[in-house]
Amino acid sequence: MWKTILRRLLIMIPEIIILSVLVFILAKAMPGDPFTGSINPKADASQIHHLMRVNGLYDPWYQQYWNWIVHLFHGDLGTSYEYQEPVTTLIAQRGMNTFWLALFTMILTYVIGLPLGIYAGSHEGKLPDTLVRVYTYITMSIPFFVVLVVGVWIFGYTLNWFPTSGSIASNANGLGSTILSRLQHIILPGLLGALFGTVNIVQYLRSEVIDAKSSDYVKTARSKGVSTKNIYQHHIFRNSLLPIAAFAGYSITGLLGGSIFTEMVFSYPGMGLLFLNAINYRDYTVITSLVLLYGFLNLLGTLLSDIILSIVDPRIRVE
Amino acid sequence: MAAKIPEVTQISESDLVRLTQEARQEATPTFGKIIWREFKNNRLALTSLVLVITFILFVIIAALFINTPKMMTTNIMDYYSKPFNKNFILGADSGGRSIAKQLIVGSRNSICIAIGLTVISSTWGICWGMISGYFGGKVDLVMQRVYDFMMILPMLMTIIVIVTIIPTYNSVTLTLILSVFYWMGTSRLIRSRVLAESQKDYVAASKTSGTSNWKIIFREIMPNISSLIIVDTTLSFAENIGVETGLSYLGFGLPLGTPSLGTLIANANDPENITTYWWTWLPAALEIIILCLAISYIGQAFRHATNASQQ
Repeated sequence: MWKTILRRLLIMIPEIIILSVLVFILAKAMPGDPFTGSINPKADASQIHHLMRVNGLYDPWYQQYWNWIVHLFHGDLGTSYEYQEPVTTLIAQRGMNTFWLALFTMILTYVIGLPLGIYAGSHEGKLPDTLVRVYTYITMSIPFFVVLVVGVWIFGYTLNWFPTSGSIASNANGLGSTILSRLQHIILPGLLGALFGTVNIVQYLRSEVIDAKSSDYVKTARSKGVSTKNIYQHHIFRNSLLPIAAFAGYSITGLLGGSIFTEMVFSYPGMGLLFLNAINYRDYTVITSLVLLYGFLNLLGTLLSDIILSIVDPRIRVE
Repeated sequence: MAAKIPEVTQISESDLVRLTQEARQEATPTFGKIIWREFKNNRLALTSLVLVITFILFVIIAALFINTPKMMTTNIMDYYSKPFNKNFILGADSGGRSIAKQLIVGSRNSICIAIGLTVISSTWGICWGMISGYFGGKVDLVMQRVYDFMMILPMLMTIIVIVTIIPTYNSVTLTLILSVFYWMGTSRLIRSRVLAESQKDYVAASKTSGTSNWKIIFREIMPNISSLIIVDTTLSFAENIGVETGLSYLGFGLPLGTPSLGTLIANANDPENITTYWWTWLPAALEIIILCLAISYIGQAFRHATNASQQ
C-alpha cells in the first residue's frame, strides 16, 4: 500500500521537472522583455540593458532556469506588469473565486450524477434508463462553451433569473447578503457545468449497478431476504462509492480547463479570466505562473485519484 | 477454389459451392454489412448521416462561390440589418457583413479543421496505442509516462500560449498544433484493446511462424479492432468540432479575417448583441449543436452495430 503511494510520488517528480522546463521554455519564447513597459518612457535603452543584466536576464539559460526555480520555492512568482502587484497576491484573490465555483460545480455534479446513475442501472432497458442515456448522449455531444453561451442568453439575459457577470453584487454588504450574492452568481455557471459534466459518473455507476445485480454477493443478500432498497443503498452503492469519489481528482483537470470558458462567458473574475486578460496584455509572469499552477493542480488531482483507486482496487497498483 | 481441394475428397463441384455459401451465411457478417443493417433499421441514424454529409458537401461547395475578402469588408449602410430581408437572409453584423455568408465560409473552415484534426490526431493516437499495447514492457512504460505527462498538461492554456507566441499561423498550422494535444483519449482506448488482443492465439501463432511485429500490428491486429477505430474516430470528430470553435470563440483560434463558427458565436460576448442582435450569433450556436448531436448519434449507431455484431 505505502509502497504504491511512494512509487506514485516518485513518478511525479520527473513530471514536475518536465512541466517546469516546458513552462520556462514557453516563457522564454514569448516576445518582449519585462522592463520596457514598466519604466519611464524617456529612459535610455542602456538603462533597460542594465536592469536586464542586474536581474540576470543575460545569464545562460540553465542559470536563469535555476534562479527561477529558487524563486519559485521561495514563493516568489514575480510581479505582474499589468497590475503592478505580486503574482501570488493576484492569484490568491482570483483563485478563491475559481475554487468556490469549482467546488460548487463538483458537489452539484455528484448530486445530479449519483441518483441518475443508480436509477438508470436499476431500471436497465426500461424507459428511465433510455431517458438517462439520451441525457448523457446530449450532454457529452454538445461543446461546453456553446452550452454556456446559450444558457446565459436564456436564463441570464432573457429570463433575468441570474446575474450575467461578476462574482458578487456591488451593493452586497454584511455576511448574509455577501454569501447570498456570491451564491447567486455561481448558481447558473455551476449548474450548467454540473449538468454537462455528469457523463462519467452516470455511465460508470450505471454499468457498476448492472454488473453488481448479477453478482454473487447481491444474490446472497437477496436470498437472505434483504429488501431491494437496502441492497442498493448498503451493498451496491457502497461498493462503487470509492471509485466514484476517485473521479473527483480526475475531474479537476476538466473543471480547471472549463473554468476558462465559464469565466469568459460569465465575466467571472477567477483565474481563467485572469489568464485570458494576461494573454491580452502580454503579462508574462502571470501567464507562466498560471500555466504552472494549473499543471500542478492537475498533477495533484491525478495523484489523489490514483491513490484512492489503488486502495480500492489492488489490481491497478503501480508495479 | 476447387483446385485446392485434394483429389481424395469426394466432394463434387456443386456440393462445394453449396457448402461455401452455407459457411458464408453462418460466418459473422462483415462490418460494412452490419453497419448497413443498423442504418436501415435506425431511421434517425440514417437521417443524421444524410444530413451531415449533405451539409458538409453544401458548405464546401457553396464556400467556393463566396469571395471571402469582399464578404469581410465593412459596409456601414447595412449595420445590423435585420434577418429575413432580401439582401441578408440571416441579417448582418455590426460591420454590415452578411451572417449567412459568414456562416457558410465559417462552417467550411471549422469543419475542415475538425476533419484534419481528427485524421491527424486519431492516426497518431491509434499508432501510439497499438505500439504501446503490443510491445508492452519497457516500451509501454516509457510511452505511458509520456501519456501521463500529456494528461496533466493544462491543454487549453498551453495551446493559447503557443498560439500567441507564434507570430504568423494559418488554419494548417493551427490544426497541427491542436493535433499535438488531442490524441490521448484515442491512444488509451486503443492500447487497452490491443493489450487484450495481443494475448490471443492468432497473434501467438503469427509470432511463432515468424511474422514481423509491424505486420502483426498493422495487418493482423488493426483489422480486428477496426470497428473500435471507426466508432472512436466518429465520436472524436464530434468532439473536435468543439475544439477549434472553442478556441476561436476565446479569440485564439483562426486569425482575424478568417471566419469560423467560433468567431460568430463570439459575437455573443457583447451584451447588446446577445439580446438585441441575436441573429449575429444564434445560428452558429444552433448549427454547432445540431451538427455535434448528429455526428455523435452516427457514432452511437456505429457502436450499437459493433456491439450487436460481437454478441
